Amino acid sequence: MPILSKEQAQTLLKKVLSYSKADECEVNLNGSDGGNVRYARNAVSTSGIVSQNQLVVASAYGKKLGIATINEFDDASLEKVVRRSEELAQLAPENPEYVPFLGPQQYTESKTYVPATAAITPKQRAELVEKSLKVAKDAKAIAAGFLEDNAGFAAMMNSKGLFAYNTSTNTNFSITVRTEDGKGSGYAIRGYNDVNKLDTKLATEIATKKAIGSVTAKAIEPGKYTVILEPAAVAVLLENIFFGLDARQADEGRSFLSKPGGQTRLGEKLVDERVNIYSDPLNPELPTSPWNGDGRAQEKVSWIEKGVIKNLTWERYWAQKKGVKAIPSPDAAIMDGGTKTLEELIKGTKKGILVTKLWYIRSVDPQSLLLTGLTRDGTFYIENGEIKYPIKNFRFNESPIIMLNNLEELGKQERTVSTESNQNYLVPAIKARDFTFSSLSDAV
Amino acid sequence: MRRRDFIYLTGLGAAGAVMLPGMAGARPITPEEALTPVDVALKKKLADVALNAARSKGATYTDVRIGRYLNQFVVTREDKVQNIVNTESYGLGIRVIANGSWGFAATDKLDNDSIAKTAELAVAIAKENSRLLTEPVRLAPQKGYGEVSWKAPIEKNGFEVPIKDKVDLLLGVNSAAMTAGANYITSLLFLINEQKYFASSDGSYIDQDVHRIWPAFFATSIDPTTGKFETRNSLSAPMGMGYEYLDVRPQDKIVVPGVTTLYKGRYDMLEDAKAAGAQAAGKLKAKSVEPGKYDLVLDPSHLWLTIHESVGHPTELDRVLGYEANFAGTSFLTLDKWESKKFNFGSKMVNFVADKQQVGSLGAVGYDDEGVQCGKWDLIKDGILVDYQVIRDQAHILGLNASRGCCYADNWSSVQFQRMPNVSLQPGKEKKSVDDIIKGVEKGIYIVGDGSFSIDQQRYNFQFGGQLFYEIKNGKIAGMLKDVAYQANSQDFWNSCVAIADQNDYRLGGAFGDGKGQPPQSNSVSHGSSTSRFNGVNVINTSRQI
Repeated sequence: MPILSKEQAQTLLKKVLSYSKADECEVNLNGSDGGNVRYARNAVSTSGIVSQNQLVVASAYGKKLGIATINEFDDASLEKVVRRSEELAQLAPENPEYVPFLGPQQYTESKTYVPATAAITPKQRAELVEKSLKVAKDAKAIAAGFLEDNAGFAAMMNSKGLFAYNTSTNTNFSITVRTEDGKGSGYAIRGYNDVNKLDTKLATEIATKKAIGSVTAKAIEPGKYTVILEPAAVAVLLENIFFGLDARQADEGRSFLSKPGGQTRLGEKLVDERVNIYSDPLNPELPTSPWNGDGRAQEKVSWIEKGVIKNLTWERYWAQKKGVKAIPSPDAAIMDGGTKTLEELIKGTKKGILVTKLWYIRSVDPQSLLLTGLTRDGTFYIENGEIKYPIKNFRFNESPIIMLNNLEELGKQERTVSTESNQNYLVPAIKARDFTFSSLSDAV
Repeated sequence: MRRRDFIYLTGLGAAGAVMLPGMAGARPITPEEALTPVDVALKKKLADVALNAARSKGATYTDVRIGRYLNQFVVTREDKVQNIVNTESYGLGIRVIANGSWGFAATDKLDNDSIAKTAELAVAIAKENSRLLTEPVRLAPQKGYGEVSWKAPIEKNGFEVPIKDKVDLLLGVNSAAMTAGANYITSLLFLINEQKYFASSDGSYIDQDVHRIWPAFFATSIDPTTGKFETRNSLSAPMGMGYEYLDVRPQDKIVVPGVTTLYKGRYDMLEDAKAAGAQAAGKLKAKSVEPGKYDLVLDPSHLWLTIHESVGHPTELDRVLGYEANFAGTSFLTLDKWESKKFNFGSKMVNFVADKQQVGSLGAVGYDDEGVQCGKWDLIKDGILVDYQVIRDQAHILGLNASRGCCYADNWSSVQFQRMPNVSLQPGKEKKSVDDIIKGVEKGIYIVGDGSFSIDQQRYNFQFGGQLFYEIKNGKIAGMLKDVAYQANSQDFWNSCVAIADQNDYRLGGAFGDGKGQPPQSNSVSHGSSTSRFNGVNVINTSRQI
């Protein structure tokens, strides 16, 4: 299915709703065209083109909800999917937490769609990969990478008059370069709405430099060190805060934001006062959809301001029960940075460790948000403002809350991609003291 | 946010890191629709259209997979049903070799024209990829089997069990846990049926019917005065079984006095929920562990995950060769270690077997997703690395003239690649029970159930948590511990294995949704073991204040 215009989507959704006999009906429609190329050992291993579209119909009778989906769009299929959702609703048990669908909402115009990304061709993808491969081959190193792009639209309409529409594009690129002897490894990751901003050559050059520079890594003792975390390493730690902002979990006493006696930390200072984290669908560097999947408007929301927890995310049921505004989970998060480049952060560091990437991040204790994981693909020892030598990888056990309390300095903000969730963020490099490395790893 | 969307979908909360298999392009269907299979003759006709079209466009090899992937999940919390969903995903994937290179394309439009066009696209992609080729694909020879079939030997098809029975079971589980001491609980039942048809230009037409089930819960207990909370997850295993997994039989229980009841082959979900409620509350009052070296006694409900990460993944040949370098990583079990035939992976009693036929396991099939009949082989023999997990285009690298049958795709729309078979630790040869093992430990920790897990990209350094931790003092269980995690190097750890209980204690655990690849695909795999002892492992305390 091609990307439908706002008018085309509206016409189709109206037709679907015209078949509804339920108390309430809501329809979500989305479609996307995606392409990807995967390479390893300096050659393409797989590539694919995926085109998919889906129509989701939710019908409700009282507090009973049924959901059905289809990917055919002739009249008979559209009526069939509405009937099926109604049958499932009749069979479903009553959900005491059911909240009726939203009425009409106001949304801002989004900036998420870039025509150049939607127009990418297999040849362009191949050229982007060839540029990357050339850098690695010229350096007699071995590249493995993944390039993916997609262009799509999403629309929703319900029987209460709500209508929402958006188009978006995105491209993510990641590259690992290893030396032929397997003793050095480097990495870079990039994400953009506009494929023209993607420089696969430059990203591969950075990964190659780290690979060559990380050969002959020395083992140093595990312990507490001052670290400079590059934005890709910051993202995988901080997203555990973003994913954990649910008000209900906090109210129920099973979140790092819970306090004894059923209270939460909302409104309290939890981290260093230089920490400001927010989401903004209209940010030009990281635009996101102006509405979420249940039709709520995505607005600019401050989550942590001057170190204080300012807002939590709310399910509609829980917000209604507590009598507060049902702020939805954001599609991305932004952390304010400083003015220093990575090089300047290094220059101002007497003793410390530069971390390119963190890997296999898992929650160890949700109470303190303690996480574990390892450094990977370029870890270096800094002394007197200079990178002295590569060091062997470490396992860490640290909470991002503790890390943000041990903040030393913030670098420049940069758009990056989480290697854990594939989500894009706008975050700075972070310099923090007393980061806990608990053991050494032999992995390269 | 992909991960968060999934958590929202299932209400799993802290149980998060699970990929849902076969959901790509899935559409909800009624339970009745799930019980009507697609006619085999029709599937053969569709497959022949693809095979002929690909050959006529220049493919030198073609395989076609027609897949119908059915999922049912029922999710509840406390006294409420959160979600009941039936989905179906049905379509066809075509993989070809042309100009020495792989190409793949898939469609859910199953008319002759669409299938022929998809075959053409797969050939075109292969030809485009061949420009960036370093060496042509070399496939291990594979004979065609003609028209054959394989069915999982289930006793009770879970899709035939009424939804009401499932809801009643889960709400009963929630009530039992809450009466016993839990404040919150999420419980769920996942059922999967893969109806897979494979055809290839080698002359195979293979029809298979695979079933999987995963009953699970996550119970939380809270101390309102301290604000502390603890969770205890179910001790069930996801299994390659039908609904009979939930039919309780006394002979399938292993009772460890002063600890809990463990389950072998069948699962008593109600009984485990009752124990979990009390144990979650008990963990709040448990002693925080003193860090240091301990002898660990690891139950199969825990050890499966350590096996998965430290044995299953490093013996994947695609990782060894570098195909996963940009994501999952490579492996410390390099080819030179295998060639030497004397790399001491573990102590002499450590034997790991890969087995794609094990009855009741998640990975059991008759044939893999490139038409190779599945079998059983040694990976680690008497502590020595002897083999890998292999597919057809890798066999020549090891000098093998046949694949090991490890190819899998999680959907008709995903391209198949090397995935993990069941990898299991063989039971000890001497008669030995859990009690016998605990009796011999002076200062140790007995760990039951899987918890937090993390391992480096070459599979050397790992850290694992668990569900239940009990201090062992002078051969006796001396009470509950909390805040426990252990760290080790894979080779050191398996060399510290000094005791393995016998066959009577052998049980399966497993990963229902193991992620690998870019774009990521999900795989289900079991790992069997008997309770085992590891000496002098480093234990850390995970408690922190924020």
